[in-house]
Amino acid sequence: MSRAIVVVRTGTANLASVRAAFERQGHAVELTQDPQRVAEAERVVLPGVGAFGASMAELVDKGLVPALIERVRKNHSLLAICVGMQLLCRESSESPGVRGLGVVDGSIGRFGGQVRVPQLGWNDVSAAPDARFVQSGVAYFANSYRLPEASAGWTASTANHGGEFVAALERGNVLACQFHPELSGAWGAALLARWVEGS
Amino acid sequence: MLKTRIIPCLDCKDGRVVKGVRFQELRDAGSPAELAALYEKQGADEIVVLDISATTEGRNAALATVRAVRRELSIPLTVGGGVDSAEQAGVLLDAGADKVSVNSAAVKDPRIIEAIASRYGRQCAVIAIDAARKGEGWEVVTHSGKNRTGKDVIAWAREACERGAGEVLLTSFDRDGTRSGYDLELLKAVSDAVRVPIIASGGAANAAHLLEALRAGATDVLAASIFHDGDLTVADVKRYLADNGARVRL
Repeated sequence: MSRAIVVVRTGTANLASVRAAFERQGHAVELTQDPQRVAEAERVVLPGVGAFGASMAELVDKGLVPALIERVRKNHSLLAICVGMQLLCRESSESPGVRGLGVVDGSIGRFGGQVRVPQLGWNDVSAAPDARFVQSGVAYFANSYRLPEASAGWTASTANHGGEFVAALERGNVLACQFHPELSGAWGAALLARWVEGS
Repeated sequence: MLKTRIIPCLDCKDGRVVKGVRFQELRDAGSPAELAALYEKQGADEIVVLDISATTEGRNAALATVRAVRRELSIPLTVGGGVDSAEQAGVLLDAGADKVSVNSAAVKDPRIIEAIASRYGRQCAVIAIDAARKGEGWEVVTHSGKNRTGKDVIAWAREACERGAGEVLLTSFDRDGTRSGYDLELLKAVSDAVRVPIIASGGAANAAHLLEALRAGATDVLAASIFHDGDLTVADVKRYLADNGARVRL
Protein backbone atom coordinates (compact mmCIF):
# COMPACT_ATOMS: atom_id res chain seq x y z
CA MET A 1 0.00 0.00 0.00
CA SER A 2 1.29 3.46 -0.86
CA ARG A 3 2.23 5.55 2.18
CA ALA A 4 3.39 9.11 2.65
CA ILE A 5 6.98 9.35 3.86
CA VAL A 6 8.23 12.70 5.15
CA VAL A 7 12.00 13.06 4.88
CA VAL A 8 13.76 15.76 6.90
CA ARG A 9 15.83 17.82 4.47
CA THR A 10 19.12 18.10 6.32
CA GLY A 11 21.03 19.77 3.54
CA THR A 12 24.03 17.47 3.54
CA ALA A 13 22.40 14.06 3.10
CA ASN A 14 22.14 11.75 0.10
CA LEU A 15 18.45 12.58 -0.17
CA ALA A 16 18.11 11.31 -3.74
CA SER A 17 19.04 7.77 -2.65
CA VAL A 18 16.60 7.82 0.27
CA ARG A 19 13.84 9.17 -1.96
CA ALA A 20 14.52 6.62 -4.72
CA ALA A 21 14.43 3.72 -2.23
CA PHE A 22 10.93 4.62 -1.01
CA GLU A 23 9.64 5.54 -4.47
CA ARG A 24 10.70 2.13 -5.80
CA GLN A 25 8.30 0.67 -3.22
CA GLY A 26 5.48 2.89 -4.45
CA HIS A 27 5.49 5.39 -1.58
CA ALA A 28 5.15 9.16 -1.95
CA VAL A 29 8.12 11.08 -0.55
CA GLU A 30 7.95 14.64 0.73
CA LEU A 31 11.08 16.57 1.71
CA THR A 32 10.59 19.13 4.44
CA GLN A 33 12.28 21.43 6.92
CA ASP A 34 8.98 22.45 8.50
CA PRO A 35 8.93 21.56 12.24
CA GLN A 36 5.16 21.23 12.21
CA ARG A 37 5.26 18.67 9.37
CA VAL A 38 7.97 16.76 11.23
CA ALA A 39 5.85 16.82 14.40
CA GLU A 40 2.60 15.73 12.76
CA ALA A 41 3.56 13.45 9.86
CA GLU A 42 2.69 9.79 10.16
CA ARG A 43 6.18 8.59 9.19
CA VAL A 44 9.38 10.61 9.33
CA VAL A 45 12.89 9.79 8.08
CA LEU A 46 15.92 11.60 9.51
CA PRO A 47 18.74 10.93 7.05
CA GLY A 48 22.26 12.01 7.65
CA VAL A 49 25.54 12.31 5.85
CA GLY A 50 28.30 14.61 7.01
CA ALA A 51 29.64 15.77 10.34
CA PHE A 52 27.73 15.47 13.63
CA GLY A 53 28.21 19.15 14.56
CA ALA A 54 27.14 20.55 11.19
CA SER A 55 24.10 18.27 11.03
CA MET A 56 23.04 19.20 14.59
CA ALA A 57 23.52 22.92 13.83
CA GLU A 58 21.18 22.51 10.88
CA LEU A 59 18.47 20.90 13.05
CA VAL A 60 18.81 23.68 15.64
CA ASP A 61 18.77 26.37 12.97
CA LYS A 62 15.56 25.03 11.39
CA GLY A 63 13.86 24.64 14.78
CA LEU A 64 13.52 20.87 14.30
CA VAL A 65 14.96 19.72 17.63
CA PRO A 66 11.78 19.73 19.78
CA ALA A 67 9.69 18.00 17.09
CA LEU A 68 12.23 15.19 16.69
CA ILE A 69 12.63 14.68 20.45
CA GLU A 70 8.85 14.57 20.84
CA ARG A 71 8.48 11.94 18.12
CA VAL A 72 10.81 9.58 19.95
CA ARG A 73 9.25 10.29 23.37
CA LYS A 74 5.74 9.67 22.03
CA ASN A 75 6.81 6.58 20.06
CA HIS A 76 5.77 8.08 16.73
CA SER A 77 7.17 6.40 13.64
CA LEU A 78 10.74 7.54 12.92
CA LEU A 79 13.63 6.14 10.89
CA ALA A 80 17.04 7.70 11.57
CA ILE A 81 19.88 6.82 9.19
CA CYS A 82 23.68 6.97 9.69
CA VAL A 83 24.50 10.36 11.22
CA GLY A 84 20.73 10.61 11.81
CA MET A 85 21.09 7.75 14.30
CA GLN A 86 24.10 9.42 15.91
CA LEU A 87 22.15 12.67 16.32
CA LEU A 88 19.70 10.81 18.58
CA CYS A 89 22.56 10.30 21.06
CA ARG A 90 23.95 12.68 23.69
CA GLU A 91 27.17 13.69 21.97
CA SER A 92 29.95 12.68 19.58
CA SER A 93 33.72 12.92 19.79
CA GLU A 94 33.54 14.09 16.16
CA SER A 95 32.21 17.46 17.35
CA PRO A 96 33.17 18.00 21.01
CA GLY A 97 30.89 20.34 22.91
CA VAL A 98 27.92 19.87 20.59
CA ARG A 99 24.84 18.40 22.27
CA GLY A 100 22.84 15.83 20.33
CA LEU A 101 19.10 15.21 20.65
CA GLY A 102 19.87 13.08 23.71
CA VAL A 103 16.95 10.65 23.39
CA VAL A 104 19.45 7.79 23.28
CA ASP A 105 21.70 7.75 26.33
CA GLY A 106 24.91 7.07 24.42
CA SER A 107 28.09 8.74 23.30
CA ILE A 108 29.47 8.39 19.75
CA GLY A 109 33.19 7.73 19.27
CA ARG A 110 35.63 7.00 16.45
CA PHE A 111 36.43 3.45 15.36
CA GLY A 112 39.45 2.12 17.24
CA GLY A 113 42.02 -0.56 16.53
CA GLN A 114 43.85 -1.37 13.34
CA VAL A 115 40.94 -1.16 10.91
CA ARG A 116 40.72 1.25 8.00
CA VAL A 117 38.53 4.29 8.61
CA PRO A 118 36.07 5.31 7.25
CA GLN A 119 34.32 1.96 7.21
CA LEU A 120 33.15 1.92 3.60
CA GLY A 121 31.42 -1.23 2.50
CA TRP A 122 29.22 -4.16 3.38
CA ASN A 123 29.32 -5.69 6.83
CA ASP A 124 27.46 -8.44 8.66
CA VAL A 125 24.64 -7.28 10.91
CA SER A 126 23.70 -9.57 13.76
CA ALA A 127 20.08 -8.90 14.75
CA ALA A 128 19.10 -8.76 18.40
CA PRO A 129 16.86 -11.74 19.31
CA ASP A 130 14.01 -9.37 20.18
CA ALA A 131 14.44 -7.03 17.18
CA ARG A 132 11.15 -6.33 15.41
CA PHE A 133 12.50 -4.63 12.27
CA VAL A 134 16.14 -5.65 11.79
CA GLN A 135 17.01 -9.17 10.63
CA SER A 136 20.53 -10.57 10.37
CA GLY A 137 22.11 -9.89 6.99
CA VAL A 138 24.68 -7.75 5.21
CA ALA A 139 24.34 -3.96 5.20
CA TYR A 140 26.20 -1.08 3.57
CA PHE A 141 28.03 1.23 5.99
CA ALA A 142 29.82 4.54 5.37
CA ASN A 143 31.03 5.89 8.71
CA SER A 144 34.08 6.85 10.76
CA TYR A 145 32.22 7.15 14.08
CA ARG A 146 29.88 4.70 15.80
CA LEU A 147 27.96 3.97 18.98
CA PRO A 148 30.23 1.51 20.81
CA GLU A 149 27.62 -0.14 23.03
CA ALA A 150 23.89 -0.65 23.47
CA SER A 151 21.97 2.03 25.33
CA ALA A 152 19.48 1.30 28.08
CA GLY A 153 15.91 0.87 26.88
CA TRP A 154 16.81 0.12 23.24
CA THR A 155 17.08 -3.15 21.34
CA ALA A 156 20.51 -3.15 19.72
CA SER A 157 21.65 -5.14 16.66
CA THR A 158 25.39 -5.22 16.19
CA ALA A 159 28.24 -5.41 13.67
CA ASN A 160 32.01 -5.63 13.97
CA HIS A 161 34.73 -3.35 12.60
CA GLY A 162 37.80 -3.51 14.84
CA GLY A 163 35.40 -4.43 17.65
CA GLU A 164 31.68 -4.72 18.12
CA PHE A 165 29.52 -1.64 17.62
CA VAL A 166 25.84 -0.84 17.38
CA ALA A 167 24.49 -1.31 13.85
CA ALA A 168 20.89 -0.44 14.70
CA LEU A 169 18.67 0.53 17.61
CA GLU A 170 14.96 0.05 17.79
CA ARG A 171 12.21 0.75 20.29
CA GLY A 172 8.54 0.67 19.43
CA ASN A 173 8.04 2.55 16.17
CA VAL A 174 11.48 4.12 16.20
CA LEU A 175 14.28 2.55 14.15
CA ALA A 176 17.79 3.98 13.99
CA CYS A 177 20.36 2.46 11.60
CA GLN A 178 24.08 3.19 11.47
CA PHE A 179 24.11 1.54 8.05
CA HIS A 180 22.27 2.81 4.97
CA PRO A 181 19.16 0.67 4.39
CA GLU A 182 18.50 2.67 1.22
CA LEU A 183 21.84 1.42 -0.19
CA SER A 184 21.73 -2.11 1.20
CA GLY A 185 20.17 -3.84 -1.79
CA ALA A 186 17.25 -6.24 -1.38
CA TRP A 187 18.01 -6.75 2.33
CA GLY A 188 17.78 -3.01 2.96
CA ALA A 189 14.63 -2.67 0.86
CA ALA A 190 12.96 -5.41 2.91
CA LEU A 191 13.93 -3.61 6.13
CA LEU A 192 12.44 -0.33 4.85
CA ALA A 193 9.25 -2.19 3.94
CA ARG A 194 9.01 -3.73 7.44
CA TRP A 195 9.43 -0.30 9.01
CA VAL A 196 6.85 1.34 6.73
CA GLU A 197 4.26 -1.38 7.31
CA GLY A 198 5.04 -2.07 10.94
CA SER A 199 5.43 1.37 12.48
CA MET B 1 33.57 -8.34 9.33
CA LEU B 2 33.78 -5.87 6.47
CA LYS B 3 33.64 -7.45 3.00
CA THR B 4 35.62 -6.69 -0.10
CA ARG B 5 33.64 -4.66 -2.61
CA ILE B 6 33.49 -5.72 -6.24
CA ILE B 7 32.81 -2.52 -8.18
CA PRO B 8 31.91 -2.45 -11.87
CA CYS B 9 32.90 0.86 -13.45
CA LEU B 10 30.86 2.54 -16.17
CA ASP B 11 32.93 4.97 -18.20
CA CYS B 12 30.29 7.22 -19.75
CA LYS B 13 30.50 9.64 -22.62
CA ASP B 14 27.53 11.73 -23.73
CA GLY B 15 25.21 9.53 -21.68
CA ARG B 16 26.40 6.16 -23.00
CA VAL B 17 28.77 3.59 -21.52
CA VAL B 18 32.01 3.36 -23.44
CA LYS B 19 35.06 1.25 -22.88
CA GLY B 20 38.57 2.58 -22.83
CA VAL B 21 41.83 0.94 -23.71
CA ARG B 22 44.54 3.07 -22.14
CA PHE B 23 41.82 5.71 -21.98
CA GLN B 24 41.66 5.76 -25.81
CA GLU B 25 39.82 3.79 -28.51
CA LEU B 26 36.31 4.01 -27.17
CA ARG B 27 33.45 1.82 -28.25
CA ASP B 28 29.83 1.80 -27.19
CA ALA B 29 28.88 -0.70 -24.49
CA GLY B 30 25.29 0.19 -23.67
CA SER B 31 22.90 2.14 -21.51
CA PRO B 32 24.30 3.10 -18.09
CA ALA B 33 21.06 2.48 -16.17
CA GLU B 34 20.56 -0.93 -17.79
CA LEU B 35 24.11 -2.03 -17.14
CA ALA B 36 24.06 -0.73 -13.55
CA ALA B 37 20.84 -2.65 -12.83
CA LEU B 38 22.27 -5.79 -14.41
CA TYR B 39 25.42 -5.58 -12.29
CA GLU B 40 23.40 -5.02 -9.12
CA LYS B 41 21.41 -8.15 -9.91
CA GLN B 42 24.68 -10.06 -10.40
CA GLY B 43 25.81 -8.99 -6.92
CA ALA B 44 27.84 -5.81 -7.47
CA ASP B 45 28.57 -4.03 -4.19
CA GLU B 46 28.78 -0.54 -5.64
CA ILE B 47 28.75 1.14 -9.04
CA VAL B 48 31.19 3.81 -10.21
CA VAL B 49 30.16 6.13 -13.03
CA LEU B 50 33.02 8.10 -14.56
CA ASP B 51 31.97 10.82 -16.98
CA ILE B 52 34.55 11.32 -19.70
CA SER B 53 32.50 13.75 -21.79
CA ALA B 54 34.39 16.73 -23.05
CA THR B 55 31.45 19.03 -23.84
CA THR B 56 28.74 20.87 -21.92
CA GLU B 57 26.08 18.76 -23.67
CA GLY B 58 27.94 15.66 -22.61
CA ARG B 59 28.08 16.87 -18.99
CA ASN B 60 24.34 17.51 -18.94
CA ALA B 61 23.80 14.03 -20.32
CA ALA B 62 25.95 12.74 -17.45
CA LEU B 63 23.62 14.38 -14.92
CA ALA B 64 20.65 12.67 -16.56
CA THR B 65 22.66 9.43 -16.43
CA VAL B 66 23.22 9.78 -12.69
CA ARG B 67 19.48 10.35 -12.14
CA ALA B 68 18.55 7.36 -14.29
CA VAL B 69 21.08 5.07 -12.60
CA ARG B 70 19.92 6.21 -9.14
CA ARG B 71 16.30 5.35 -9.86
CA GLU B 72 17.36 1.76 -10.58
CA LEU B 73 20.07 1.25 -8.02
CA SER B 74 19.70 0.23 -4.36
CA ILE B 75 23.46 -0.05 -3.82
CA PRO B 76 25.99 2.82 -3.50
CA LEU B 77 26.81 4.99 -6.50
CA THR B 78 30.07 6.90 -6.85
CA VAL B 79 30.32 9.51 -9.59
CA GLY B 80 33.42 11.21 -10.95
CA GLY B 81 34.98 12.73 -14.02
CA GLY B 82 35.78 16.39 -14.37
CA VAL B 83 34.44 17.39 -10.93
CA ASP B 84 36.11 20.75 -10.24
CA SER B 85 34.24 22.33 -7.31
CA ALA B 86 32.35 21.45 -4.14
CA GLU B 87 29.28 23.01 -5.78
CA GLN B 88 29.52 20.59 -8.68
CA ALA B 89 29.93 17.72 -6.21
CA GLY B 90 26.71 18.95 -4.57
CA VAL B 91 24.88 18.89 -7.88
CA LEU B 92 25.95 15.27 -8.46
CA LEU B 93 24.93 14.26 -4.91
CA ASP B 94 21.53 15.92 -5.45
CA ALA B 95 21.16 13.98 -8.70
CA GLY B 96 21.70 10.71 -6.85
CA ALA B 97 25.40 10.08 -6.25
CA ASP B 98 26.35 8.85 -2.77
CA LYS B 99 30.03 9.69 -3.20
CA VAL B 100 31.96 11.95 -5.55
CA SER B 101 35.45 11.31 -6.85
CA VAL B 102 37.86 14.08 -7.76
CA ASN B 103 41.02 13.74 -9.79
CA SER B 104 42.62 16.49 -11.94
CA ALA B 105 40.95 19.37 -10.09
CA ALA B 106 42.38 18.17 -6.79
CA VAL B 107 45.88 17.98 -8.29
CA LYS B 108 45.45 21.56 -9.48
CA ASP B 109 43.99 22.82 -6.20
CA PRO B 110 43.93 20.29 -3.33
CA ARG B 111 41.60 22.49 -1.28
CA ILE B 112 38.67 21.02 -3.23
CA ILE B 113 39.08 17.86 -1.13
CA GLU B 114 38.64 19.82 2.12
CA ALA B 115 35.69 21.70 0.64
CA ILE B 116 33.86 18.47 -0.25
CA ALA B 117 34.82 16.61 2.94
CA SER B 118 33.81 19.45 5.25
CA ARG B 119 30.48 19.97 3.53
CA TYR B 120 29.45 16.36 2.84
CA GLY B 121 31.70 14.30 5.08
CA ARG B 122 34.90 12.44 4.28
CA GLN B 123 33.02 9.24 3.44
CA CYS B 124 31.69 11.22 0.46
CA ALA B 125 35.08 12.39 -0.81
CA VAL B 126 36.95 9.93 -3.02
CA ILE B 127 40.38 10.84 -4.35
CA ALA B 128 40.97 9.24 -7.75
CA ILE B 129 44.66 8.93 -8.58
CA ASP B 130 46.04 7.87 -11.97
CA ALA B 131 49.55 6.55 -11.40
CA ALA B 132 52.27 6.02 -14.03
CA ARG B 133 55.52 4.26 -13.24
CA LYS B 134 58.52 6.54 -13.12
CA GLY B 135 61.90 5.22 -12.01
CA GLU B 136 61.53 3.43 -8.67
CA GLY B 137 58.15 5.01 -7.95
CA TRP B 138 55.02 6.40 -9.55
CA GLU B 139 54.05 9.79 -10.88
CA VAL B 140 50.55 11.28 -10.77
CA VAL B 141 49.20 11.80 -14.28
CA THR B 142 46.01 13.58 -15.34
CA HIS B 143 44.02 14.23 -18.51
CA SER B 144 44.21 10.62 -19.77
CA GLY B 145 47.92 10.54 -19.11
CA LYS B 146 48.72 13.53 -21.31
CA ASN B 147 49.64 15.65 -18.30
CA ARG B 148 52.59 14.40 -16.26
CA THR B 149 52.34 16.32 -13.00
CA GLY B 150 55.71 15.51 -11.41
CA LYS B 151 53.83 14.68 -8.18
CA ASP B 152 54.81 11.50 -6.34
CA VAL B 153 51.81 9.17 -5.98
CA ILE B 154 52.56 8.08 -2.40
CA ALA B 155 53.03 11.63 -1.14
CA TRP B 156 49.90 12.75 -2.98
CA ALA B 157 47.80 9.91 -1.54
CA ARG B 158 48.96 10.88 1.97
CA GLU B 159 48.22 14.55 1.40
CA ALA B 160 44.79 13.87 -0.08
CA CYS B 161 43.81 11.74 2.93
CA GLU B 162 45.11 14.35 5.37
CA ARG B 163 42.93 16.87 3.56
CA GLY B 164 39.86 14.69 4.03
CA ALA B 165 39.67 12.07 1.30
CA GLY B 166 37.83 9.02 2.66
CA GLU B 167 39.07 6.53 0.10
CA VAL B 168 41.53 6.19 -2.75
CA LEU B 169 40.50 5.01 -6.21
CA LEU B 170 43.89 4.01 -7.52
CA THR B 171 44.30 3.43 -11.25
CA SER B 172 47.48 2.19 -12.85
CA PHE B 173 47.82 4.19 -16.06
CA ASP B 174 50.36 1.69 -17.37
CA ARG B 175 48.03 -1.27 -16.87
CA ASP B 176 44.66 0.29 -17.72
CA GLY B 177 43.06 -1.60 -20.60
CA THR B 178 46.05 -3.92 -21.06
CA ARG B 179 44.42 -6.94 -19.38
CA SER B 180 47.78 -7.76 -17.79
CA GLY B 181 46.64 -7.47 -14.15
CA TYR B 182 46.74 -4.67 -11.60
CA ASP B 183 50.03 -3.00 -10.66
CA LEU B 184 50.51 -4.92 -7.41
CA GLU B 185 53.54 -3.00 -6.19
CA LEU B 186 51.61 0.23 -6.58
CA LEU B 187 48.70 -1.18 -4.55
CA LYS B 188 51.02 -2.36 -1.79
CA ALA B 189 52.88 0.93 -1.61
CA VAL B 190 49.74 3.07 -1.36
CA SER B 191 47.88 0.74 1.01
CA ASP B 192 50.90 0.82 3.34
CA ALA B 193 50.99 4.63 3.18
CA VAL B 194 47.39 5.51 4.08
CA ARG B 195 44.72 4.07 6.38
CA VAL B 196 41.60 4.60 4.26
CA PRO B 197 40.11 1.98 1.90
CA ILE B 198 42.01 1.46 -1.38
CA ILE B 199 40.11 0.54 -4.56
CA ALA B 200 42.34 -1.14 -7.15
CA SER B 201 41.73 -0.17 -10.77
CA GLY B 202 43.34 -0.72 -14.14
CA GLY B 203 44.44 -3.94 -15.81
CA ALA B 204 42.07 -6.69 -14.67
CA ALA B 205 41.33 -9.45 -17.19
CA ASN B 206 40.22 -12.28 -14.91
CA ALA B 207 39.16 -13.16 -11.38
CA ALA B 208 42.69 -14.20 -10.40
CA HIS B 209 43.83 -10.64 -11.06
CA LEU B 210 41.27 -9.35 -8.58
CA LEU B 211 42.43 -11.83 -5.96
CA GLU B 212 46.07 -10.75 -6.49
CA ALA B 213 45.06 -7.12 -5.95
CA LEU B 214 43.39 -7.95 -2.64
CA ARG B 215 46.40 -9.96 -1.49
CA ALA B 216 48.66 -7.03 -2.43
CA GLY B 217 46.76 -4.71 -0.08
CA ALA B 218 43.75 -3.33 -1.95
CA THR B 219 40.59 -3.44 0.15
CA ASP B 220 38.27 -3.37 -2.86
CA VAL B 221 38.49 -3.90 -6.61
CA LEU B 222 37.09 -2.06 -9.60
CA ALA B 223 36.86 -3.45 -13.11
CA ALA B 224 35.14 -2.48 -16.33
CA SER B 225 35.90 -4.47 -19.44
CA ILE B 226 35.87 -7.94 -17.86
CA PHE B 227 32.25 -7.31 -16.91
CA HIS B 228 31.22 -5.33 -20.01
CA ASP B 229 32.56 -8.02 -22.33
CA GLY B 230 30.36 -10.57 -20.61
CA ASP B 231 33.24 -13.05 -20.15
CA LEU B 232 32.55 -13.10 -16.43
CA THR B 233 29.61 -11.98 -14.33
CA VAL B 234 30.07 -10.26 -10.98
CA ALA B 235 28.64 -13.43 -9.40
CA ASP B 236 31.32 -15.60 -11.10
CA VAL B 237 34.06 -13.35 -9.76
CA LYS B 238 32.64 -13.32 -6.24
CA ARG B 239 32.33 -17.09 -6.14
CA TYR B 240 35.95 -17.43 -7.21
CA LEU B 241 37.10 -14.93 -4.59
CA ALA B 242 35.05 -16.63 -1.84
CA ASP B 243 36.46 -20.04 -2.82
CA ASN B 244 39.92 -18.55 -2.42
CA GLY B 245 39.35 -17.15 1.05
CA ALA B 246 38.30 -13.56 0.33
CA ARG B 247 35.42 -12.10 2.31
CA VAL B 248 32.71 -11.15 -0.17
CA ARG B 249 28.98 -10.59 0.06
CA LEU B 250 27.27 -13.51 -1.66
